[in-house]
Amino acid sequence: MLVIEQLSKTFGDLTAVDGVSLAIPKGQMVGVIGRSGAGKSTLLRMINRLTDPTRGTITNEGRVITSLKGRDLRLWRASCAMIFQQFNLVERMDVLTNVMVGRIAHTGFLRAMTRSFTDEDRVRAIEALDRLDLVPQALQRAGTLSGGQQQRVAIAKALVQNPRIMLADEPIASLDPSNATRVMDALREINRTDGLTVLVNLHTLDTARAYCDRIVAMRAGQVRFDGTPDALTTEKVRAIYGSDDLSGDINEAVTSTSLSSHMSPEPFKAVGT
Amino acid sequence: MTALSPAIDRFELDYAAARRKALRVNTISTVLFALCFVVTAWIGGFFDMTDVTLSNGERVSMWKIWAGLPRLGEYLYKTLPVLRWETLDADLAEWFWRWKVWLRLLVETVLIAYMATLLGIVGAFLLSFPASRNLSPNRFVLNLTRRYLEILRTVPDLVWALIFVFCFGVGPLAGVLAIGLHATGALGKLYSEANENADMRPLEGIKASGGSWFDQIRYGIVPQVVPNIISYTLLRFEINVRSSSIIGFVGAGGLGQEIRVAMSLQEYTDLSALFLIIFVTVIVMDMLSEKVRHRIIGLTGRGV
Repeated sequence: MLVIEQLSKTFGDLTAVDGVSLAIPKGQMVGVIGRSGAGKSTLLRMINRLTDPTRGTITNEGRVITSLKGRDLRLWRASCAMIFQQFNLVERMDVLTNVMVGRIAHTGFLRAMTRSFTDEDRVRAIEALDRLDLVPQALQRAGTLSGGQQQRVAIAKALVQNPRIMLADEPIASLDPSNATRVMDALREINRTDGLTVLVNLHTLDTARAYCDRIVAMRAGQVRFDGTPDALTTEKVRAIYGSDDLSGDINEAVTSTSLSSHMSPEPFKAVGT
Repeated sequence: MTALSPAIDRFELDYAAARRKALRVNTISTVLFALCFVVTAWIGGFFDMTDVTLSNGERVSMWKIWAGLPRLGEYLYKTLPVLRWETLDADLAEWFWRWKVWLRLLVETVLIAYMATLLGIVGAFLLSFPASRNLSPNRFVLNLTRRYLEILRTVPDLVWALIFVFCFGVGPLAGVLAIGLHATGALGKLYSEANENADMRPLEGIKASGGSWFDQIRYGIVPQVVPNIISYTLLRFEINVRSSSIIGFVGAGGLGQEIRVAMSLQEYTDLSALFLIIFVTVIVMDMLSEKVRHRIIGLTGRGV
């Protein structure tokens, strides 16, 4: 159980996250939605401790996360893997090494500096790549891969960290619909097969509805909705996203990234076959 | 001129005003620069007069530059060796009469540059990370390393050489240390600037996986900056070859000591021979390192 209590973060005058309290049971897939600047990213970054909270505490399985330091902090970061919108891979390094870097918290100083990971780490990395269908690309430079492939490399890297929680910060915002589907499917598969808790920030409502057991909606740093996708009615959506100039209904198909609502039902056929 | 529209009339007025202002700024800055130039030249002795004796024995006061100019040609003429076609072998042999010593010293010069560059790479590489604004663990470490690098490169390598000759005696060791220290300061600055231009997202990726500061540098920064480092280092090697060829002036090894001896003994043809040797060496080094640099930039698709 991941418990967040009265968590706040201020940057100068700006309050990014304002007294957020959540309890997330093990193995749940949670979608965090809200407008840009609602504090979704800051919330996830605080859980991974990339950003330090101004107030409040985070505990996982009864262990206080917010006060961790040094090696304990690095091991916590490893155990709650983070995936970024811009993938944040080392583009000039090959895919396999990028994935093996997921073992960095468990690698000694000299091994890390000389880039000599153990055979066990290599095995883990190649197995994770196989799970995401990326073994043929293992020796390519990460920067030469497509966005969808890079995001799956990032997921493979997250997997070799052997995490208990996976945090994904807008993982599909820079991807086209088919790649977005593959990445979301991979996250769901990891959630179901490995029983990992997955927290995913999303821009698109229908993706959150399609993939998540639970939806948390944020506005101005506060949680405005917390429940199952079914409970998220149109009125509630308008309260989360709405502003004075947004009078009409919010059409989920407009912001959708799912393939079925965009493309024609007829599969594309090449001429001459 | 016929009026086209009020807006265009307005524009014409504004345009004329802008032109007048630009002209005023140009005139004032030109006058200021010219004034500064004249004052500097005056302090530097460009307008000094000197007494010369004419061929008829009369002594007159003359503009120093005008009086001294013929001596430049005289000096260069003295350094020219006597080369005759019939006895070219013997003449060349006489010109380069100390070639065995010079060849040994030339090798020493290049080796001083090579070792000094290596020392510079190691020192600059290690210090460039704490000296980068985006990577330094804290402000104190940042300022400490930056000031240290500044001191290293502000003191000219000839001065470092004087100090090291005093400590370790005459010889190439002092030259290697002197040029190495100066190169550390100069390269450290360049490397840290390359670090500051690096993309910080990979770094965050490593950090989020539980990587320490060293891990973040090793995987997040180093792969990004390696092409820049190689390029800057080769440029520095060229500079170091030039430095090591004159550093012998103060006894720190290399060809410089021969130049000094030739100058004080007024062996003018030796000077031209030494100059030719250094000139050819520097050109060869420049060409080689440019080739390597372009190959590397071509391979990585990134310039400096």
